[in-house]
Amino acid sequence: MYVAVKGGEKAIRNAHKLLAKRRRGDTSVPALTLDQIAQQLAHSVARVMGEGSLYDETLAALAIKQARGDLIEAAFLIRAYRTTLPRFGYSQPIDTAKMLVERRISATYKDLPGGQVLGPTFDYSHRLLDFALAAEAENGEVDYPVETAPADTETMPRVTDLLGDEGLMEPDPVTPEDTPVGDLTREPLSFPADRDLRLQNLARGDEGFLLALAYSTQRGYGRTHPFAGEIRYGEVEVEFFAEELGFEITLGKIKVTECQMINQFKGSAKAAPTFTRGYGLVFGQVERKAMSMAMVDRSLRIHELGEEQVAPAQDTEFVLSHSDNIQATGFVEHLKLPHYVDFQAELDLVRRMRAEWFEKRQQEESGEIAQEAAE
Amino acid sequence: MNDTAKIYEQGEYNFAYLDEQTKRMIRRAILKGIAIPGYQVPFASREMPMPYGWGTGGVQVTASILGEDDCLKMIDQGSDDTTNAVSLRGFFEKTAGVRTTHETAEASVIQTRHRIPEKDLREDQILVFQVPIPEPLRFLEPRETETRKMHALEDYGLMHVKLYEDIAKNGHIATTYAYPVKVNDRYVMDPSPTPKFDNPKIDEMAALQLYGAGREKRIYAIPPYTKVKSLDFEDYPFEVQKFDKPCGLCGAQNVYLDEVILDDKGGRMFVCSDSDFCEERRAAGHVGPMAGNPAAAQISGAQAEELTQ
Amino acid sequence: MDTLTAVNQEPVQITPGFQDPVHEAQACFRAIMNATARPGIRQKISISDLAPPAPLTPTGAAIALTLFDYDTPIWLDKTLMASEAVKAFLRFHTGAPIVSEPVEAAFALVADATHLVPIASFNQGSAEYPDRSTTVILTGQNFKAKQSVTLTGPGVKDTERFETSPLPPVFWDQVISNAKQFPRGVDLIFAGDGEIAALPRSSRISIQEA
Repeated sequence: MYVAVKGGEKAIRNAHKLLAKRRRGDTSVPALTLDQIAQQLAHSVARVMGEGSLYDETLAALAIKQARGDLIEAAFLIRAYRTTLPRFGYSQPIDTAKMLVERRISATYKDLPGGQVLGPTFDYSHRLLDFALAAEAENGEVDYPVETAPADTETMPRVTDLLGDEGLMEPDPVTPEDTPVGDLTREPLSFPADRDLRLQNLARGDEGFLLALAYSTQRGYGRTHPFAGEIRYGEVEVEFFAEELGFEITLGKIKVTECQMINQFKGSAKAAPTFTRGYGLVFGQVERKAMSMAMVDRSLRIHELGEEQVAPAQDTEFVLSHSDNIQATGFVEHLKLPHYVDFQAELDLVRRMRAEWFEKRQQEESGEIAQEAAE
Repeated sequence: MNDTAKIYEQGEYNFAYLDEQTKRMIRRAILKGIAIPGYQVPFASREMPMPYGWGTGGVQVTASILGEDDCLKMIDQGSDDTTNAVSLRGFFEKTAGVRTTHETAEASVIQTRHRIPEKDLREDQILVFQVPIPEPLRFLEPRETETRKMHALEDYGLMHVKLYEDIAKNGHIATTYAYPVKVNDRYVMDPSPTPKFDNPKIDEMAALQLYGAGREKRIYAIPPYTKVKSLDFEDYPFEVQKFDKPCGLCGAQNVYLDEVILDDKGGRMFVCSDSDFCEERRAAGHVGPMAGNPAAAQISGAQAEELTQ
Repeated sequence: MDTLTAVNQEPVQITPGFQDPVHEAQACFRAIMNATARPGIRQKISISDLAPPAPLTPTGAAIALTLFDYDTPIWLDKTLMASEAVKAFLRFHTGAPIVSEPVEAAFALVADATHLVPIASFNQGSAEYPDRSTTVILTGQNFKAKQSVTLTGPGVKDTERFETSPLPPVFWDQVISNAKQFPRGVDLIFAGDGEIAALPRSSRISIQEA
């Protein structure tokens, strides 16, 4: 049997044709529309926008469709597209205190100004497969009536601000207005990385990786005593300061989830005991990621808080170097590329080492026999 | 134009894909790399339309140096028609519209993964390497903060200890590819995962060598005629792998050979890894000991078919 | 910071940059790259029909348009700094911020090489990041001088003889000191009329007496 290693052109051509066919699947089943994906797979779309680092629901839906539902592949498509876009400048920081809130919960207070708003959530749902959904298409559209009272955003201060009033919460670090904010898509990451770069890295990072790291801190690998101070999800405006106009203009609205973790801090020689912050912000309603991000953010603040590094989640270089799933998947999957030249070199070495090993063994054995005979 | 190339007809991209600002940033990094031979220059690597680990560093370097008059050769494992070489060549055929070739002598820019052509390169050629892990000390010390200090202090003790442990344990250095070198008596450098057979070629090479690591965001370089020494010990000098047979197809000696398995009964033959070198020799009438074998005809035939497309 | 019109309240006429920015920048870059890779060997550089305001030379302008942008702070010597037209040209075409301290510059552009500040005053990079150094571009060079130097090291096959002027006093001693602190140090680009040469910090230099 002979295995062809060459003839790449034809092979690639056929692989692409086959992929297109498999992606479409059975043509007697209607093709997915981008609206269907954007509307009904909102969590997937949000994850692709976040990890792909581009807020565009339609493009994310297209990427998901093209990637056959492989969300990392979809985020990669978005990243590769994003990098070709012209850059006009940086928006103003979004103000989540002005969020049009759809969901807002705090685990630290029973009630608080603005109230708890459960909003759309899997929380408290019983995880039973809903077979009615399976028949939905056949049975026609179902109306899902909801009673909503619009949240009063005017009276919905952030929990961390409430704590801050009492002096129990570390103040948000104050940086001068003109301090440049790092951008790791324009400058290579170098260490130690400041919090702006760390947060940017985590916001683009893999949900699963951050989840596992956050989980590890709960199990004692660098514990941070977190409380979910507040999780809020809703719409915020994105504003841009137009130099030529001399004022801010609104570019549009985006949906984000913000998580503020509150962590106990025993204090140090320099700082009094207080609560400290961990911050998470992601596109769309991706609470798992926002919470994980907030916990990992807090973990990585050990140097500024004078804590000892004992666990992986506290290791800036380890976390930031491995959080990007586009990089990770590329490098892991590159092992599929031909490596026969290197393997040839290794084959030769291992064959040689084995020959030497057996030769040595044989010599030792014959030596032992000779010695036994002599005794 | 190949199929990969056709994909780019769908969209309008700048010459060689990258925008001009990105090219300038990469070009500046290349100049620093040349000025500090063997030093890894950090650069803001961009997301490319192929995965990290599949040549994005090499592609960004090539895209930044390539001009309309260049002729590009793209090889992977020494061969022009391995899948990823085909894919990357198609990328540049469309996005830059440059001439491409399989012939080493015809190319002005050669992008490679894991091999250096057998034919000596000239002063007017540029060799671009795709690099997965640019840091030669990475497997001894995973932290960038630490390895950076080691390079700054020229503290390469750890590397020598590792190589010496190999010798103590195995009787020889157990590194067969990505074999570390010292450039211009200063920086220890990873020559990318080329087999150490190729290491002597990068010493005093007439062509400029550029190394691009996209995922790790590093560019480094070896200028022409630069001293590049493979690390070794006086009592254990560096030596390259020797093949006891010539190429089965063209009979070439002292070249790097691929082992091709012919059947499931242990039948195998060794053929040139550098497919262009092999074809040229066969065209010139050189015949290897296994050229008459039916399997050999299949291998060389496969190559010939690719060339005609 | 000056705007294009603020200083003398007259709009400054800005001459065009590259006609074909993509390919002209690429060609210029290849010349600069080849020059850096082959220290001391002159390379032709295409300046097409650049007509920058004096004392910025067309060759100096071509290098600037090829390498400078928003991310590269630049330092200008006194004569260039004195020209609003030059600053306007560079700002308009490259967007590079102009800095007053040599040590802050990624590039230094020099029109009057005779009065160049000591090259040790530019950024030499650090031991960990030697790439964060200044590249000094000396324009108006004629590649003739009584005194020549011999180059060896990376990029040089055997030895290379190099000469140029005008240069400041004790220039070559400064360049020798610069090379001794390798991998730190500045890189030098010499720009003549349609040709350039470079002297990266890796080159070893010995002075030939006239």
